Amino acid sequence: MQTEQISIFIENKAGRLSDITGILSKADINIRALAVADTSDFGVLRLIVNDNAKAEEALKNSGFTVRKTRVVAAKVDDNPGGLHRILDILKNAGVNVEYMYAFIQQSGDKAIMIFRFDQTDEAIKILLNNSVTVVDGSTLSAL
Amino acid sequence: MIFDIEYETMPREALESIQLKRLQTVLSHVYATVPFYKKKLDDAGILPGDVKTLKDLQRIPFTTKQDLRDNYPFGMFAVPMANVIRIHASSGTTGQPTVVGYTARDIDTWAGLMARALSAAGASRGDIIHNAYGYGLFTGGLGAHYGAEKLGASVIPVSGGNTKRQAIIMRDFKPTILTATPSYALHLAEAAEEMGISFKDLHFKTGVFGAEPWSEDMREEIERKLNMDAIDIYGLSEVMGPGVSIECIEAKKGLHIFEDHFIPEIINPITDEALPYGESGELVFTTITKEAFPLIRYRTRDITTLNPEPCVCGRTHVRMNKVSGRTDDMLIIRGVNVFPSQIESVLMQVEGVEPHYQLIVDRKDNLDTLTVRVEIGEKLFSDEVKQLQQLESKISKDIKETLGVSTRVQLAEPKSIARSEGKAARVIDNRKI
Repeated sequence: MQTEQISIFIENKAGRLSDITGILSKADINIRALAVADTSDFGVLRLIVNDNAKAEEALKNSGFTVRKTRVVAAKVDDNPGGLHRILDILKNAGVNVEYMYAFIQQSGDKAIMIFRFDQTDEAIKILLNNSVTVVDGSTLSAL
Repeated sequence: MIFDIEYETMPREALESIQLKRLQTVLSHVYATVPFYKKKLDDAGILPGDVKTLKDLQRIPFTTKQDLRDNYPFGMFAVPMANVIRIHASSGTTGQPTVVGYTARDIDTWAGLMARALSAAGASRGDIIHNAYGYGLFTGGLGAHYGAEKLGASVIPVSGGNTKRQAIIMRDFKPTILTATPSYALHLAEAAEEMGISFKDLHFKTGVFGAEPWSEDMREEIERKLNMDAIDIYGLSEVMGPGVSIECIEAKKGLHIFEDHFIPEIINPITDEALPYGESGELVFTTITKEAFPLIRYRTRDITTLNPEPCVCGRTHVRMNKVSGRTDDMLIIRGVNVFPSQIESVLMQVEGVEPHYQLIVDRKDNLDTLTVRVEIGEKLFSDEVKQLQQLESKISKDIKETLGVSTRVQLAEPKSIARSEGKAARVIDNRKI
């Protein structure tokens, strides 16, 4: 039920993001979602792409430090309180959200959020028990 | 085993009285025969006869590598050329080579000291010594060779290079002692392994490694991979060659300096003042028995400390710690002396850190800042920013605890730090002073 995300270490210097998008474009990889976490020195770029293996290989060949991380994609009602409902469930269950970001495409009338939890399997179980739809990696790639 | 029980275990008082007598002799000798020393002493207003105690040595000016270069090739020789039976020269990687000469008695003294060194490392008559130090102008090969013969061991003068043949010789001749540079020893182990020769099956018990600085981590690696005790030996051609000091196999903790032939001092390389035992600074040597090429207060540019504590092996000669750096590489950050090698050893203690780093020194608002850039490999990379920041502050804290200097640690992308330019690229000093 989980999704794989690619994380890349980047130094804060001009042109590094475009270097990465350039490599991915050359490898014919489509970026489906992304988020950047940054400090004054460096950033971590997180990507969901249509072909993880290919993207990882292309980036590693260009000398980037790349790592795969397990994240969870969940469908969220696209109306006021939709995200709050999910976060509330997680809060009550004591699951910590490390970070989250939005998927670009919608699935029907739902938005898709990507979550990184401290306990991935536990979080998936809680979401499913509360009838939240969790989207697996292959479905996400096919969207 | 102690090769020269009388001198190596001599009580300090007797040793110091011999040192003073020999020092006075060598000073009168160089004053009379080497114009360079006569001028130095005259300029400093001190005559050889003014040296009445060992402490008086501190009044005499230093001799530097540059002085030796200025007197190239034979200007520092203190005997007529007819008395010189051997000439060696340093590699001269940083400029003109320095040339040194030996009388017949010097060669004999050197062989005796090298025999002491091999003996301290556990070698004796009956051992077979595989001598992989280079033979030639470099003092390593011939120095170890003469010492091995003096000891009565069987020496294989294999020299450096031709690694495959060396591996076969090691297998067939069954040597028990290896003498080599530590980096060549590791290379030899890899090459032998590739040929299907394992050091586990060889007959080595001890290796005597020197001619380049090496760390405790490297000792562990050599002992594990080569299946032998690894002993550190120190020497430099200007002072004599290998055999100036040696670790004893009993303690493996500090190198005994043969003080009946050399007087060591530790000085502050900035203020030139002599430092007490235990303090870290530049090692300075005065040779007190050499005839052809005596050196007075020669600055080695090697950084170490001296330890006068009694040693379990019974030798009374002071021990120097493993050389921790060179004054040439030294940075002074807010008054604290910092060596790239010290930062490197802190980094190597952090699990997963690779030895690719760069030091950037800047001055902001009259304050020196030191930034340590460390490449982040896959092992260390976490997807979470807070973990990466924790890693940065852990490294910074470790450096602060070890060196007493605050640094800003910056993680860098792999291969973003220049590799091929050698040492120079490790440090970027942007200070305009």
